[in-house]
Amino acid sequence: MIKTSKKTTAKRAGERGPAMSGSEILVACLEREGVDTIFAYPGGASMEIHQALTRSKKIRTVLPRHEQGGAFAAGGYGRATGRAGVCMATSGPGATNLVSGIADAYMDSVPLIAITGQVPQAMIGKGAFQETDIYGMTLPIVKHSYLITDVNEIPRIVKEAFHLAQTGRPGPVLIDLPKNVQQARTQPIFPKEVHLRGYNPNKRASDLELNEIIGLIEKSERPLLYVGGGIITGNASEELRQFALATQIPVTTSIMGCGAFPETHSLSLRWLGMHGAAFANWAVSGEFAPRKNPADPPKKIAPGADLLLAFGVRFDDRVTGKVDKFCEGGTIVHIDIDASEINKNRKVNLPIVSDVKYALGRLVKMLDERPIEKKFTAWHRQVAAWKAKAPFGYVVSEEVMKSHHMRDHLKGREKEVILPQMAIEALYELSKGEAIITTGVGQHQMWSAQFYKFKHPRQLLTSAGLGAMGYGYPAALGAKVAFPDKQVVDIDGDGSFLMNVQELATAHIEKIAAKAIILNNQHLGMVMQWEDRFYAGNRGNTYLGDPKNRKQIYPDYVAVCKSFNVPCERVMYQKDLRPAIQRMLDANGPYVLDIIVPYTEHVLPFIPANRPVADMIWHV
Amino acid sequence: MRHTISVLVENKFGVLTRVAGLFSGRGYNIDTLNVAPTADPTASRMTIVTRGDDATLDQIVKQLNKLVDVIKVQDFREGEFVDRELVLVKVAVDSKTRAEVMQIADIFRAKIVDVQPKSLSIEVTGEESKVEKLLNLMKSFGVMDLTRTGKVALPRK
Repeated sequence: MIKTSKKTTAKRAGERGPAMSGSEILVACLEREGVDTIFAYPGGASMEIHQALTRSKKIRTVLPRHEQGGAFAAGGYGRATGRAGVCMATSGPGATNLVSGIADAYMDSVPLIAITGQVPQAMIGKGAFQETDIYGMTLPIVKHSYLITDVNEIPRIVKEAFHLAQTGRPGPVLIDLPKNVQQARTQPIFPKEVHLRGYNPNKRASDLELNEIIGLIEKSERPLLYVGGGIITGNASEELRQFALATQIPVTTSIMGCGAFPETHSLSLRWLGMHGAAFANWAVSGEFAPRKNPADPPKKIAPGADLLLAFGVRFDDRVTGKVDKFCEGGTIVHIDIDASEINKNRKVNLPIVSDVKYALGRLVKMLDERPIEKKFTAWHRQVAAWKAKAPFGYVVSEEVMKSHHMRDHLKGREKEVILPQMAIEALYELSKGEAIITTGVGQHQMWSAQFYKFKHPRQLLTSAGLGAMGYGYPAALGAKVAFPDKQVVDIDGDGSFLMNVQELATAHIEKIAAKAIILNNQHLGMVMQWEDRFYAGNRGNTYLGDPKNRKQIYPDYVAVCKSFNVPCERVMYQKDLRPAIQRMLDANGPYVLDIIVPYTEHVLPFIPANRPVADMIWHV
Repeated sequence: MRHTISVLVENKFGVLTRVAGLFSGRGYNIDTLNVAPTADPTASRMTIVTRGDDATLDQIVKQLNKLVDVIKVQDFREGEFVDRELVLVKVAVDSKTRAEVMQIADIFRAKIVDVQPKSLSIEVTGEESKVEKLLNLMKSFGVMDLTRTGKVALPRK
């Protein structure tokens, strides 16, 4: 039965403001939401709002040099703080340039508000200059979106947008605002509350369900926690730590979950999946004897977890590999706040829709009253043996010694070669493991997660789901604006860095001291790795240098950075590595290191796409 | 498997596109779709008939629930709901067949809503099987045109 709701139509209590234009109302609403920074690039359909922003005393407007940079910076801000990052662009191309940033926020559940100017309502649908249906275009990649048609609706919509972006499973919300609405004047009413009858983010597990988890733990011999970004967005790291300590269950994370549990802790199994730790993958699905022939049946030599506690994860294909072999035979408990994640990628035995912070907090209380007797000693011994057997590592291989890189750049000083992993290890040590790290996408992204150990949530900001190259440096700007006192370093590849290289201007002009390390191998490393493994090394547009002059590093990032007035050093030899990193960390402004590394390195371990753990290549 | 899904939504622009997008984005076809306001003018009810494997439809229903403008979703199973469809069908007739067509319409408690020298327009309401039967019978006379509302459904309880 439907109850006719008078409440939705009646004017609700709110605070009436003085007569203002739509643009001024929007800015007033942003101030009320506590926004301190907006990443915005002006244009014809959004300049009204920029005019209003010049009069704001509370909001800093950062001008990126490309709308995509602005969207990624807002995403970095959102990931680093947990509060919605805000970006804005004009209609048409400005709006379409935001799309990758919105998609990234959607895939990785990042709170983001994207505001777009739109042509005046009378021009919509007429193919007007810089008109595009951004509302329609972004429908599949937003948590929600609005096209504002009435100036009186702005306060309600902005309040709803922030509520939606930041609660439940966070995500991007788009607000499209036509120019005539920006210019229209009214006395706004700022509502106090949000009323959305189709939206309820307050999901809580019942004690019955949670008791069942405790029962399963007591029955299990080899329990394992597999946790992800949900722990971080749900601010549940402390509860997770207490739960892991109380139960002594080892913890592995997805790459989105790096830092959800301190990776330096003895219970940590780092992260799992395609390029995750071999020991984490074994702990989930078991260890298999190496096979001579891939057609031979896999032989399990040690079983993996018999109970997998999957909290705040989505069983991404880069995590599971062949999904029905993932923890095959084990009992799986899945807690997620988003009901649509349940049984989406992997059927589980005990699905629970709940806020994970509540669920873990309640579990800790229950365990306080009735502690678990089991110690899982044999399982801990097995896990320790696996950790000792296959740690993340690297060697200067024959292949590196024979490579073009050595011939072209290191003749006579071959022993001084810098492997990409060495650079990250050095950064980890010199930054004492406390820096906020952002990355581009590819090999350097995987190595960053492997060789930097994350102790805190929101310490690794990476485009994991969408995998958007060019994410690293703008995201670092966003994080640095939010945390000016923290060290923020973008570990990037030469391909990814070039995709938003223009943001060096933003860093210099806005005085945002975000640092960047380019692990420059003159190649599109990850695609090249797949070429080597699956396409007999045939290069399909994966060389990024100048083919006519391979001995010269191209482009010359030192010169590029100089033109932006950003200091940059090229680092070629091991002896220069640590001093250069130290100079970068000590710098008060933006600083770039162009570290030249061989292209021959592959990221290991490696589970080829859609293959089981039995097919993992892990010997370095 | 065939599903009848009832979706109560906010009566706002863009809702239909969001709902339809969940189907089209997965390569699923909507067999019928009906949308109209409910007793509450701020809400509309959609009745969607679609077919597909249960796991995918389960996902679609969950995704529907996730949409902010969706208030309630019900995936009806056999017997849990009453459903009706309204069909307008224009049948070719001449002086010889007109009476027979009218007789058949009468048996189905269908109404003749328009009479032309060479055609009859019939309005029929009912559950799917009744409508299908009538349409089958009309085929032999010649169906000139046809429009149907698609299924509308309400839960019994």
